[in-house]
Amino acid sequence: MTDRVGLVIVSHSIDIARGINDMIRQIVGAELKVAFCGGNADGGLGTNVKAIQDAIDAAWSPAGVAILVDLGSAEINSELAIEMLPPDRRDTVVVCNAPIVEGSVVAATEARSGALLKEVRRIAEELSPQ
Amino acid sequence: MQLELASVIDAVADSLTGNVLELTELDAAIGDGDHGLNMCRGGEALRAEVGSMATMSVAQSLCHAGHILAMTIGGAAGPLYGSMLMAMGKTIGPEPGLAELGKAMLAGVQAIERIGKVVAGQKTMLDVWKPVSQHVALDGATVQSIRKLASEAAAATVPMVAMRGRASHLGERSIGHMDPGARSSELMILAVLDAVEWNR
Repeated sequence: MTDRVGLVIVSHSIDIARGINDMIRQIVGAELKVAFCGGNADGGLGTNVKAIQDAIDAAWSPAGVAILVDLGSAEINSELAIEMLPPDRRDTVVVCNAPIVEGSVVAATEARSGALLKEVRRIAEELSPQ
Repeated sequence: MQLELASVIDAVADSLTGNVLELTELDAAIGDGDHGLNMCRGGEALRAEVGSMATMSVAQSLCHAGHILAMTIGGAAGPLYGSMLMAMGKTIGPEPGLAELGKAMLAGVQAIERIGKVVAGQKTMLDVWKPVSQHVALDGATVQSIRKLASEAAAATVPMVAMRGRASHLGERSIGHMDPGARSSELMILAVLDAVEWNR
C-alpha cells in the first residue's frame, strides 16, 4: 500500500477538533492517519505547540502531513511546531490556509485517494476566499 | 557584555506584572484582552526557571527561555516570542558583544516574520523588534538610544492599520490604539536596559 498523507486538526477547542475528526472518520473510515488537538496547556481554550508536535508525530507519514487550523494562534503555533521538527521532516509538513471544517473534509477525501501533499493542500486551499 | 541572568529576568517579569492592566486594556481595545495576563504568566514562568538556566550558556538559556515562553504565554504572542528567542539562541556565540547580540536579534526578527507571516508596518510586535534589532546590530547603539527607539517604535504603531491577528478584523477601527504586542515588546526591552544599567 502506498503511503497516504496524514492529517492534523488544530482548533482552539478540543471539542471542535474532535468533532471534525468524527466527521472525517465517517467519510473516509480508519484508513487515514488523523490526529487532532485543541486547548492550551491548562486545558482552556487556545492552542499549544507541544500538543501540536505530538499530533504531528501521531499522524506522521512518509507522504507528509497536512495541518488544518482555525484561528490565528493555531496557525502560528503550528508553524512553530513545524520549525521545531528535525530538519529532514520540516519540508513534509504544511499548514493549509483553509476553513477548518470544510478544509479537513476535503483534505481527508483527497488524501485517501492517494494524492500528494501539495495536491491535498491545493484542494483544501481552494476553499479559501482570495 | 556581563549581565546577570536573574536580574534581567526579574526586571522583565516585574515590568510585565506591573503593567498588566495597561496591556490588558490595549488588547481589550483591538484584540481579546488576554495579553496582559498571558505575558505575566510567561514572565513568572521564566522567573521559576532562573535556577536551571544559571548553568547554561547564553545560547542554551535563550533557547530554553524561548521554549518556556512558547509553552506558557499562549495566544499568538507565545509562539512569536518563543521562536524569536530560540532563533537568537541558535545564532549567538558564547560571549556576545552588542553588535553580535544585534545580529542574533535580527535572526529572531526573521523567525517572527517567517512564523507569523508578517512584515513591518502591519501593527505588530515586529514594528518594535525590527528597527530596534537593526539599530543594535549596526549603529553602535547605547542604552539611551535603544530606549528611545523602542518607545518611538511602539508609539508608531498607534496610527497603523492592523493587518495581522484578531485586530486585523477591525480594519481602520484599529487606528488610534497602540498594538499590545508592540507595547509588551517595548516593556521587555526597557526592562532589559534597566537591568543593564543596574549591573553597571
